[in-house]
Amino acid sequence: MSLMEQIYKTVILERSRTPRHRGVLDDPAIRQEGVNPSCGDELTLSLRIEDGVVQDAKFEGHGCAISAASADLMLDALHGATVEEARSFSAAFKAMIRGEPVPTHLDLGELTALEGIRHLHARVKCATLPWTTLEAALDGATGPVSDEA
Amino acid sequence: MTFPPPASLDPEALRAETPILGREVHGRPLVYLDHAASAQRPRAVIDAMARHYERHHANVHRGAHQLSAEATDAYEAARAAIAAFLGAPEARSLVFVRNATEAINLLARAWGDTHLRPGDEILIPVSEHHANLVPWQMAAERTGARIVPIPLRADHRLDLDAFAERLSGRTKLVAIGHMSNVLGVVHPVAEIAERAHEVGAQVFVDGAQAAPHLPVDVADLGVDAYAVSGHKMMGPTGIGALWVRADLLASLPPFLGGGEMIAKVDMERSTYADIPNRFEAGTPAVAEAVGWHAATDVLREIGMDAVWAHDHALGEAMIARFDAIDGVTTFGPRGADRGGILPFVVDGVHPHDVATALDAEGIAVRSGHHCAQPLMAALGVPSTVRASTHVTTTDAEIEALADAVVRARDFFAPRP
Repeated sequence: MSLMEQIYKTVILERSRTPRHRGVLDDPAIRQEGVNPSCGDELTLSLRIEDGVVQDAKFEGHGCAISAASADLMLDALHGATVEEARSFSAAFKAMIRGEPVPTHLDLGELTALEGIRHLHARVKCATLPWTTLEAALDGATGPVSDEA
Repeated sequence: MTFPPPASLDPEALRAETPILGREVHGRPLVYLDHAASAQRPRAVIDAMARHYERHHANVHRGAHQLSAEATDAYEAARAAIAAFLGAPEARSLVFVRNATEAINLLARAWGDTHLRPGDEILIPVSEHHANLVPWQMAAERTGARIVPIPLRADHRLDLDAFAERLSGRTKLVAIGHMSNVLGVVHPVAEIAERAHEVGAQVFVDGAQAAPHLPVDVADLGVDAYAVSGHKMMGPTGIGALWVRADLLASLPPFLGGGEMIAKVDMERSTYADIPNRFEAGTPAVAEAVGWHAATDVLREIGMDAVWAHDHALGEAMIARFDAIDGVTTFGPRGADRGGILPFVVDGVHPHDVATALDAEGIAVRSGHHCAQPLMAALGVPSTVRASTHVTTTDAEIEALADAVVRARDFFAPRP
């Protein structure tokens, strides 16, 4: 397998080309913006949460294949998840992408396709931007968030 | 604008003298096309710095001992060499700083805070690097002056008619890059300076991108200040220089306070040293100055006419090669005023993904907004890939780049 095939797994390419969760939810929904200014990546996440459970979620914006695939796969995982589960997924995903131990009880499923990004230091922030945006949405942030220091 | 006749240089011979170019990246020979961000060092620079540390190092000025005298001589010889490289009439008007960014910040503080008044205008092209924009925005906030953008024409050259329209008695400064770090275009700085001086404005030039690539003569250009960075000229990081017209520099207050920059200090007040020491508080980057001196010797030996001819020819070759690739868009003007910098996008593929694909083949390019967000907005893209050449770049590297861009395009956006 070439280096490119190791980084850009089939699922990453597919999801970046034809995402399943692209769009913006109508109100009432939480909307949160995430931006990585150095890449020009911009992402708007909209979430409908009822009784502590994510009922619907979509993302819109422009970014690289890694951030788009990460966002789309994240939203797969979020549908029907409780807020607490969403936070656990985020922590586990970020641990995986930073090469830290991932709690064994959590199954990241197709998100593990992004694991190879941890070797590309410059691209880690692309993969984590949707998750940082999710955390900000759950925390009720008031402005755009970024994964750049 | 006239450019010197073509000269030639031997990139292969220069590559042999640049150790890092011998390494591999991801199992492939390194193809380094990120010179506009930072050039690579010839052995002469690395050796000069090692020799300084092994034989001559001590703190400069004031020391009575032999090593300090040698280090001081080497430091001041570097000042003279770099001043001469830039065509500066006298070395004392060249101040060593950390980089071109610090040079512009020095001007924005020492000149901006003492000369700008509410309602004054600073003309800045929309294509400027943030280093030549943000310090002036900060100075404008402190003083009540305002930034007036100079737009680009459709061909991405500066709109000189719009520039002329914006010039007025309110214009106190034209802050302009000599060569765009994204578009690769050389601005007609001498003409701009002449027109700006007619309304009494100062002309401060960010030369970070031009000084490594074309002959620079600050006296011929007729500008008032010129900022450069050592590392883009194959010198070390952590050193740059600000040249300022001697009478103007001598009239400015200090930027940083401390040792080296004083004449006499008592507990209540101090008097300040003459130029250039007034602007060099603290122990300077002595070994870096020595290394930079060696880099300018290398460039001088090659000849800056030959450097420009080489970069320009590679720029033309890149444009011609990329024009023949479907699904790729390039930016910047075409013609004699264009150097070896090519910003491009692969349609439908994010620049970071393209850069990662090129990196996987050992090809180093930059992707992002290149510290020029207003320019990205003017071009209508969030970011681009940028390939940039220098004296060690070969035609074969341009071919390798173009072939890899085609593979990246097909990898991310397979065509029916």
